[in-house]
Amino acid sequence: MKIAVLVKEVPDTWGDRRIDPSTKRVDRKGDLVIDEINEKSVEAALLVKEANAGSEVTVVTMGPSSALAAIRKALAMGADNGIHIVDDGLVGSDAMQTSAALAAALRPGGFELIITGNESTDGRTAAVPAMLAERLGLAQLTFLRTLSVTGDGVTGERMTDEGHLDVRASLPALVSVTEQIAEARFPNFRGIMAAKKKKVESLGLAGLGLPADETGAENSWSVVEDVAPRPARSGGTIVKDDGTAGTQLADFLAAAKLI
Amino acid sequence: MAYALVLVELANGRPAASTGELLAAAARLGEPAAVIVVEPGTAGEVAESLGALGAGTVFVASIENADTLLVTPQVAALQAAVLAAGEVSAVLVGNSIDSREAAARLAVRIGGAFQSDAVDVTAGAAGILVTQQAFGGSFTVTARAAKGTPVISLRQGSVDGTAPAAAGAIHELEVTGDTAVGAQVTARHEQTQASERPSLQTADIVVSGGRGLGSREKFVLVEELADALGAAVGASRAAVDAGYCEHNMQVGQTGVTVSPNLYIAVGISGAIQHRAGMQSAKTIVAINKDADSPIFDVADFGVVGDLFTVVPQLIEAVKARKS
Repeated sequence: MKIAVLVKEVPDTWGDRRIDPSTKRVDRKGDLVIDEINEKSVEAALLVKEANAGSEVTVVTMGPSSALAAIRKALAMGADNGIHIVDDGLVGSDAMQTSAALAAALRPGGFELIITGNESTDGRTAAVPAMLAERLGLAQLTFLRTLSVTGDGVTGERMTDEGHLDVRASLPALVSVTEQIAEARFPNFRGIMAAKKKKVESLGLAGLGLPADETGAENSWSVVEDVAPRPARSGGTIVKDDGTAGTQLADFLAAAKLI
Repeated sequence: MAYALVLVELANGRPAASTGELLAAAARLGEPAAVIVVEPGTAGEVAESLGALGAGTVFVASIENADTLLVTPQVAALQAAVLAAGEVSAVLVGNSIDSREAAARLAVRIGGAFQSDAVDVTAGAAGILVTQQAFGGSFTVTARAAKGTPVISLRQGSVDGTAPAAAGAIHELEVTGDTAVGAQVTARHEQTQASERPSLQTADIVVSGGRGLGSREKFVLVEELADALGAAVGASRAAVDAGYCEHNMQVGQTGVTVSPNLYIAVGISGAIQHRAGMQSAKTIVAINKDADSPIFDVADFGVVGDLFTVVPQLIEAVKARKS
């Protein structure tokens, strides 16, 4: 089975993340890491591979040259090869444009299963998987906390606000997974060394066959008019419990008309 | 006037709680019209209640066994409604997983400008302005569509008011397309809100517990405080990972984002990922034994102390004031 798993390089959620006021886009100058949900997506892909002999896992990312590190991390975990979509003309792509580029990169591969995270920690649009499924004409099984591939179908449990659904689809299909799907394995030394020799194909606009007048920030589907940082919180009242803190807290809430 | 289409989710045959708000938002952008997917022959009663909530027209896609298919019937219905409506100023959906994905697929299908998780929408001179929050409320972003029909998912609880009651006239849609080429729902394991507590996303007050609670049994203290305040219950990721409570209660970067009037963090250190899910609350209260916890940096009122003595005292004081 040919499996594609999508990963994204994002600003580290442990750091201070900001939007660049001049470009009105995510500031990617700080520490960049493979999104945590994608380590789990890769793990999910590797588990499917291990359960289906003869499978191959291709890790796919779109991002600047630094995003190669995210691919290498996934290769070190055990993925077989990679596709890196990289082109200056793609900088500032929105979800519509990103899904178009990913679809163009994935279409020739004949993948039977495409695995993504449910949402990235930076954009949190949570729309690219559905858009990609639409573009590729695939059934989508999103927000799965369990995943199993049997014969010609894929089944899993889909999270909802009130519980979960059992869902299934025929292959080929696209699935997105939640952070409950699996704990990611750590790459070992052998994996890290092997990753350096694995093939990563680099794809630009020409290779994707995307017209330049549809890509990049200037052709985005939406225009950002304004970006405003939230005003910093002024220091609050901190008390050390002297035996009456619970009552003091109730007094504070009552004075603020919150109770 | 152009239609502003609203995808209405149905729960047990009734419009979901978010419907009134979506129609109120739609009324700002055009003539509010609802789009529903129903079993054939069941639209009448729903259309009446949608009229009362402000829908002048109710576009009905009658699809057999639609609830056994994920998302695709809704995409087909929206696409047919856009065709039938002629002029459409915007398509609005709730920011639930299902509706957001239906909207995302629709945007690809019709060439629409998809904008996710809006917290406000207004009609401006240059087009519809959509307000969004980035990085858990650290930044407020205002954007508009550059081309195509705006397709917007609206965060629940972000628009006040209601639309004036309207006719709710039924317009049956011709739904064709690939509704069968989708994912199937083979079983539902959902509870309709067993508890009396408000939902986490829309609650006025949220009380969240963290690893400081120490065990699933002791996490009950958080629920007791929530019930005394009429609040929803949330949790930090550490508490969820430790098994103190259910995963859908997780507040933070990878869980739910909340912005209630009052957020009370109990036994939560306040890692940056947790703060990303709650820092836009109007008032933040923290109770934690470690004075160096980062949660105190964002707290309007913080108590450094043992939560097992502070919280019971707080519950008593709250109850005393209420009685």
